[in-house]
Amino acid sequence: MFSTEEIQRIRDEFPILARKVNQNQLVYLDNGASSQKPRQVIDAIGNFYQNEYANVHRGLHYLSNIATEKYEEVRSKIAKFINAQKTDEIIYTSGSTEGINIVAYSWAWPRLNAGDEVILSVLEHHANIVPWNFLRERSGIVIKWVEPDQFGNLDPLAFQDQITNKTKLISVTQVSNVLGTVVDVKSIIEIGHNFGIPVLVDASQSAVHQAIDVQNLDVDFLVFTGHKIYGPTASGALYVKEKHLGDFVPFKGGGDMIDEVTRDHIVYAKPPRMLEAGTPAIAQMIGLGVAIDYVTALGMDKIQAHEKSVRDYTLERFAELNWLKLHGSPKDQAAIFSFTMGEVAHPHDLSTILDQKGIAVRAGHHCAQPLMNFLGVNATCRASFALYNTKEEVDKLVDGLILCRKLFD
Amino acid sequence: MHYITFGRWKLATEAFEEIIQDFEFLETWEDRYGYIIDLGKSMPGLEEKFKTPATKVEGCASQVWFVMDFVPSDSGLVFYFKGDSDAIIVRGLIAILTKLFNGLTIEQVSQADAHSELQKLDLRNHLSQQRSNGLVSMIAKIKNVSTKVLESKLHVPINSHESTH
Repeated sequence: MFSTEEIQRIRDEFPILARKVNQNQLVYLDNGASSQKPRQVIDAIGNFYQNEYANVHRGLHYLSNIATEKYEEVRSKIAKFINAQKTDEIIYTSGSTEGINIVAYSWAWPRLNAGDEVILSVLEHHANIVPWNFLRERSGIVIKWVEPDQFGNLDPLAFQDQITNKTKLISVTQVSNVLGTVVDVKSIIEIGHNFGIPVLVDASQSAVHQAIDVQNLDVDFLVFTGHKIYGPTASGALYVKEKHLGDFVPFKGGGDMIDEVTRDHIVYAKPPRMLEAGTPAIAQMIGLGVAIDYVTALGMDKIQAHEKSVRDYTLERFAELNWLKLHGSPKDQAAIFSFTMGEVAHPHDLSTILDQKGIAVRAGHHCAQPLMNFLGVNATCRASFALYNTKEEVDKLVDGLILCRKLFD
Repeated sequence: MHYITFGRWKLATEAFEEIIQDFEFLETWEDRYGYIIDLGKSMPGLEEKFKTPATKVEGCASQVWFVMDFVPSDSGLVFYFKGDSDAIIVRGLIAILTKLFNGLTIEQVSQADAHSELQKLDLRNHLSQQRSNGLVSMIAKIKNVSTKVLESKLHVPINSHESTH
């Protein structure tokens, strides 16, 4: 938990939170889409471009050395952040989407044949669906689905029911970006491993709300995205358990991923470099390192406790609004809420009115159309909280929703 | 129907003038949105059979469908359209666009400066300049189809939803 003074100090470190939107103090509740950046991250990027910028891994000159050092240092920060054993298990990506695509193209594509199965949950973001659909189109693999229960929970045993001798991978989110469900991925991984099946965990939404421990999870692949965890866009990482690294083949070809190129023959570098072709997002990755330092210094446990108290308060206030339909009530929920107002107003209408009050929420299908279909809606409104959000902001959201009710009813 | 002409290209129907006058009496943004919401609620919707991929207006966050007609008259082809959306505020915007465009000749539609007309509603720049609500796409659709019909020099009524996919 943060004290009132601590939360104020934290808010002061995020310059954008001081701004007004439509003449109202900004209430930023679209953290599930992307979170805001603390001054430390913004300054680090500016400082890097002003004083230390050069390409990495190439030059022997002073600046290139500094840049390379700072850029590579982030690999150990990420390894520590998710408790990976080795820095080589960390592959830099532009975000979770790229991470999952790398697993699909570099690991799964060469190994999976027609009829082989990948198990997904209906909670997945499109980023954890579409890459597998590519393999379905190109290799004839089969996607099998695990549905949540009526509250939005995923039963790990439901994954076991879908396993056959054709199952080659389970790929599942740790936190639903729509319902906030915290999925018991540890049990799913255990079940997968009982059958010799590796498991990919999409930690896009979870890495920002809770500590991640890849060794404790015993997960095979895990992706997270930098811009949701107070870092820059186009930064992120893919964790690959060491024993799988040798199974990866290159997916993007280019500079920096080779040991030797002749006219007739090319020797690829080993992972992680093999999977990081071309000039990377250097400043962004350095910024991600600073973001990780930032949340680590605050403490993931404290962040989680703060967000839980905001979550509980939100549930309490929402319970007063008997005309508001809250989708899902999972056993364990991150501070992410999806709601609709039935026939009274469309989620886009709610978002438009809330925006007039300076409240930023997301309205739409949240890149999770199979889940929307399961819920029987085209769209929802989503409020997603971060470490800098307060109970006062929950009150503003509730006031905004009451105004919506008044305007549309 | 009569048309009021301002300057060379600025055109507005009487129906649109009425809305401008109504807006002048609405002081708060809540009132203005309330008015748009009422317009949206009271506008008759399209029949389900007209909500097809061919009539869908791309580029809007919400689903939007337009059915357009060009009716021959003494002054040439006259433009009429109906629209619908699953979002009420967007329906209200469609209602405003029907009042802005319906009854104009096809030449007037392709020349009208819809954005500057809508600025008269003083929506505090929110609704009128947001790309997300689809207003930009809706206006572009109307103008593109009108320009296409104009260029094709057709003199028979056309259901645009049959000719624009």
